[in-house]
This record gives sequence, C-alpha cells and structure tokens, in this order.
Amino acid sequence: MIEELSNHLPILLIVSGLIGAFLTPLIGLIRKELCSFWASFITLIQFFISIILFYQAIQVGRISYWLGGWEPPWGIEYAIDILNSFILVVVSTICLSVAIYGRKSLLKEVPEKEVQLYTLYILLCTGMLGIIITGDVFNLYVFLEISSLAAYALVAVGDRNSLVASFNYMIMGTVSACFILLGIGYLYLMTGTLNMADLSRLLPPLYGRPAILIGLALLIVGLSIKTALFPLHTWLPDAYTHSPSAISALLSGTFTKVGIYVLIRLIYSIFGLEYFLRNVDIFVFISWVASAGIIFGAIMAIAQDDFKRMLAYSSISQIGYIALGISLANNFALAGSLLHIFGHSLMKTGLFMVAGALIYSKGIKRVSQLEGMGNVMPLTMAAFLIGALSMIGIPPTIGFASKYLILLGAVESGEWVFVVVILFSSLLTAVYFWKVFEKVFFGENKWKKGGKEIPLSMLLPTMALAILSLLGGFFAPVLIKVFELWMSGVIPGGV
Amino acid sequence: MVLDIIDVILTKYNYIIYISLMTLGFYGMIGKSNLIKKLIGMSVFQYAIFLFYISIADVEGGIAPILVEGEVTYTNPLPHVLILTAIVVAVSTLAVGLSLVIRIYREFGSVDENKILMRLKDD
Amino acid sequence: MKETRRGIILRTNAKFMVPFILLWGLYVLTHGTSGPGGGFQAGVVLAAGFILYAVVFGLQETQKIFPFRAVLVIASLGVSIYAWIGVFAIIFGGNFLEYGKIPLAHDIAESSKLGIEMVEIGIGLTVMAIMLSIFYTFVQRGD
Repeated sequence: MIEELSNHLPILLIVSGLIGAFLTPLIGLIRKELCSFWASFITLIQFFISIILFYQAIQVGRISYWLGGWEPPWGIEYAIDILNSFILVVVSTICLSVAIYGRKSLLKEVPEKEVQLYTLYILLCTGMLGIIITGDVFNLYVFLEISSLAAYALVAVGDRNSLVASFNYMIMGTVSACFILLGIGYLYLMTGTLNMADLSRLLPPLYGRPAILIGLALLIVGLSIKTALFPLHTWLPDAYTHSPSAISALLSGTFTKVGIYVLIRLIYSIFGLEYFLRNVDIFVFISWVASAGIIFGAIMAIAQDDFKRMLAYSSISQIGYIALGISLANNFALAGSLLHIFGHSLMKTGLFMVAGALIYSKGIKRVSQLEGMGNVMPLTMAAFLIGALSMIGIPPTIGFASKYLILLGAVESGEWVFVVVILFSSLLTAVYFWKVFEKVFFGENKWKKGGKEIPLSMLLPTMALAILSLLGGFFAPVLIKVFELWMSGVIPGGV
Repeated sequence: MVLDIIDVILTKYNYIIYISLMTLGFYGMIGKSNLIKKLIGMSVFQYAIFLFYISIADVEGGIAPILVEGEVTYTNPLPHVLILTAIVVAVSTLAVGLSLVIRIYREFGSVDENKILMRLKDD
Repeated sequence: MKETRRGIILRTNAKFMVPFILLWGLYVLTHGTSGPGGGFQAGVVLAAGFILYAVVFGLQETQKIFPFRAVLVIASLGVSIYAWIGVFAIIFGGNFLEYGKIPLAHDIAESSKLGIEMVEIGIGLTVMAIMLSIFYTFVQRGD
C-alpha cells in the first residue's frame, strides 16, 4: 500500500490541500481554534510530500503523473523534475513555518476570522504548489488564479488601507492573469497543445513565427506583474505593508518566487535558451530592467520609515537580483538565481516574521520606534540580525553564496556594469539595514530591561528560518551540485 | 494597399473585435475613477480574451461538438472547455472585487478613487 | 433586503416557476455526460431558482429554507465529493480521477460515465452553494 501510495504523491500533494481547505469550514463549525492547527497539519503533510518528491526527483530525474490515466499531451500531466521539486520544498517550508507562526500572530491582528483565513491560507498554499508541480500550461493558469484570488482576499483582511491595496492588487493581478491566458492562447493556436513537454518539442520549428513572439511577450509581461519585477511592481509595497504580518511573510517568501519559477520554466524549459540566443534577445532588456529594479528598490527602501514597507521595497530589489541571474543565462548566474530564490524566501519571510513580532508584542510599525529593542527581545532581534546580514550578503550566509554566484555569472558574461550594480546595491542594502541596526542595538533603551519575548510558537519559526539562512551558506555547494543536474539539460554547452 | 487592409479586416475580424474590446476594457480600468466602472472594465477585458479563445476554436463548416451519426466536422471543443473554466475564474474574481468595493464603500463612504485616496491621505 | 409585500402576480408566477427552474437544473446536472450541460451550468441554474425565490419572497424566507451555514456545508461537501471520487480511483488502483477503475458498473465506459456524473453532482452542489453565498453576502446589510 505504501509502495502504491508513493506513486501518487504528486496528486496527493494537491488533493490533501483541496480536501484540507474545504474541510476547514466544517472544522470551524466545531471549534474555531482548531482551524490553525488544521492548517499547520495540512501544510506539514505537504512539506513531507515535497521532501520525498525532491528526493525521488534527484534519484529518477523526471516524475510524470497522468491525471485520470490520460496519456499526455491529451491529459493533464504533473511533471516533476529537479527544478520544480526544489521550488516545492522551498515553498512548502515557508507555508509550514508561516502556518505555525500565524496561529498567534493572525489571532492578534485579525481576531474572529480564523475559519475564512485558514481556508484561504490552505488554498493559497495549494494553489502555489499546483503552479509549481503542473506540466500543463492551462492548468498552471487555473492554479495561478486560485492562489491569486486567495491572496487578494488575504491581503484585504489587514488594516483600513489594505482594502484599497487589495483592490489595486486585484486589478493588476487580473490584468497579468489575462495576459498569461492570452499568451497561452497564442501558443495553443500555433502548436495545438497545452502540455509543457510537448510545447518544448513543437516550438523549435515555429521559432520564426510572429504569433509565437506575441505569445511569449504576453506571458513574460503577465509573469513580470505577478513577480513584481521593477516597473510592474506597483501593487507590491502597499499589499505587503497593509496586509497582516503573517500574510506578508507568506506572500513575500513564496508568491513572487513562484512567478519567478514559471519565468524560468518558460524561458529555459518551454522555449529553450536557443530561441532567445538566436531569435529575440530579450535578455539584454530584462537584465537592464532588473538592474534598475535592484537600485530602485534599495533606494526606496532607504527612504522608508515603515518597517514592513522597507522590507517590501527590499523585496523588489532582491527580485531584481533573481531576474538578473536568469537573464545572464550562464551556469553561475542561473545557479545563483535558484539559490537566491531559496535564500530570499528564508530571509525575507524571517524578516517579515520579525516585523510581525514587533507588531504583536509592542505594536511597533516604524523603524524610528525601534530604539533599544535589542535588549527587550534579544532572540527575535538576533533572528533579524542574521536575516539582514544574509540579505546584505555577508559570508557565510546563504545570501552571500547566491549573490557571489550571480556576481561570478556577470563576470563570466563580461558584463561589468552588472558587477558594479550588484556591489553597489549590496552597499545600499547595508545602508537601510544599518538604519535599523543603529536603532535596535545602539539606540537609547526606553523599554524596561528583560521585557517579554514573543510566544514560542512565533519565535520558533522565526529562529528556524534565520538559522536555515545562516547554515544555507554551508549547504550551498551541495545544492549547486543538484542544480547542475538540471542545468546541464537546459544550458547548451554543459556545466 | 487598401485592398490588403480590407482583406485583413474581412478575414481577421475576430482579432480586431477582441483587441478593440480589450482596449475598451483597459480604458475602463485605467481611465475611470469609479471602482465599479473599473470592475466593469476588468470584466470586459477578460471577456474579450474569452471571445478570442472561442473564435480560434471555430472550424470551417464545423458543427457543435456533440456526437452525431455520419461523417461531420466538429469545431474544436477544447477551447470551449478551457473558457468554461476561465469564466468561473472571472466570476470569482468579479465576486471578490465587488465584495472589496462593498467593504471599501462602508469604510470610506465612497466608491470614487480620488475621494478614497484623499481620505487615505487625511489619516 | 426589506420585507415588502410584492404583487400577487409576481408571487404566483415565482411560485409557479421556481420548481420548474430547480427541476431544469437537476435535468442539466444529470445529463452532462450525454448532452450539453454539466455541473457548472446546473449549479448556476439551481442557484438562480433560489435567488428568484429570495428576490420575490425576501432573504429571510429563503434563509429559513437554506441557512447560510448549510450553504457553507454544501459548498465544502461538493468539493469533497469531487476529491473523494478521485481518491477512490487511487484506492482501486488507478490514477487520480481515473473513473474507469472504480467498480461502479460492469464495463469501464459505464463506470466512467457514473464516475463523471458523481463528480458533476459535486461540482453542481459547490457552484450552487457558492453562487448563493455570494448572493447572501452581497444582499445582507452589515455583517
């Protein structure tokens, strides 16, 4: 039976989430408090399944699951390779830790709404895992909309301003989803298939056709809105600032990363690097836009006083790094990007958790109010310190490893401008985090000494993510070895 | 030259219709300050894309894809099914949007974007 | 929604029409496998019947028949039916949603048809419940 079940893990990952989400209202009818435990339980299951899938993918290479027993390209296929099983692990780790963290945090910030919140929470997580796991482009659109709809609603439960933020997010998100749908339509029009593997087989003879180019352009613009790549980032700062902290933590750690994953999948797997090198060189454009985003995000972050808003702008900057790594299109840079997806998820979620902890225990939202918090909440602030150092890129954290790889990639491509951009923006990152360090550790202590730490259920995930991002630097070589298995197939010329 | 343009209009009119509808919807989303009108624009935008999908499913001389005796051509049913799903998504999006507008109205007393932004600034 | 006395023509007509709308909804629901129709459409038609009733007789009357809690339960139930049919297929040795493997009838085609119909019923219930819950939420004043 166990043997039997292990063949069905890809679908169980999604079905456990769907059943879990729709049982939440029924559990809420019995006892509201149970909902948060239920969400943690479901995300724990998904976490374990993701780990096993990652292990299987490294062993086998590619797992394919046929829904309803229909053979692809006719049926929907769940295709798992090293790339997406890795992203599965990243996303499910964040989902699990935020679910544990959110029990106390959400209860305080959004009282009396557990049932709806956790239904949407599980749906959002499941939707994201679905986007990652599916091998069918239309299925991807459906999962994208499931998770986006859950995300709009979850953003809207924050403070007064969150309603307007959520409305803007919804308008932007819908436009992006429509572009993605239209792009899929053009690809379908030209190839007559929706299966990713089949698309990658059928596209090369059609490389020169303008309709393919239009489809690609629509898909890339749509995905750029979802990932909040710089000029299309406008929904992000408001949405992250005003939504409940646990939700900001979840969205910052996972949702934009999922968009980036789809971008990588689109560029490297579906279209293939060949197309971009020979037909349309969008990489130059993306890399310049990404660099602009890196600098813009960092400068805007320096200007913010609101702690969460600062982190949100920092996210825009960090997403720029990932996009830069993708567009440099060599082994070092791509490995750096993948590592940075992992690293940034850990660090940024951890930092948003710290922001939530400050709101939870003292109601502090602004950087200027943080004076002397280092004495009051030493453990939380230690987690903040590690996260921030990793964000700046101090060895041996994971942030250092990933930035170093992207830097090497830029050197390899001979793009010295981007080398300067990366180094300069690290400096800017140090500036905005230094602003906080100064207040937290060297500020005048207005609070009574030995104040209260946050509850253990909030502290534990925060610390765990911080420690992971510290240790991640040591594991980086192992992870890069794993990425190389995947990259050798997509980057011509080998590793 | 003129004949070419007329030819394009006559043969590719479905593209022209869907693109003009999309532009119309886009204008509604950007140009109108009333949130409800923005949502209407959003819906038009979405439905324009559905129209595109349905129009590419057509096969010349094809009938509705229901099994009948004899040799007949069917239109491609797959885009129809896809759009059925997309319509459900559109309805859900619209529902989320409308409920947001209702809550915004209760909170700010207006559905006009400029007034809401002014109230936000006052805070 | 205010409880106003509606005209007698409206009420009589609604009383006459609602059962037929519901019946039509059930017809569409159960004939999705052999003709046009299916869960989505049927769910909307069924919900439209209840919404017509609510428009004419008022929200409170409708919520006596169909309280908000029941709507939530049905919505959850519908999706669960869908998911469990899929899981049953796994238990009987097929892939997820491989209806043919569920021993509902003698041959694969027949049990596939039955399996799809059950899934359609799940979808229909959910769509109806969600449509109603959207309607309830928008019509109710305050919280």
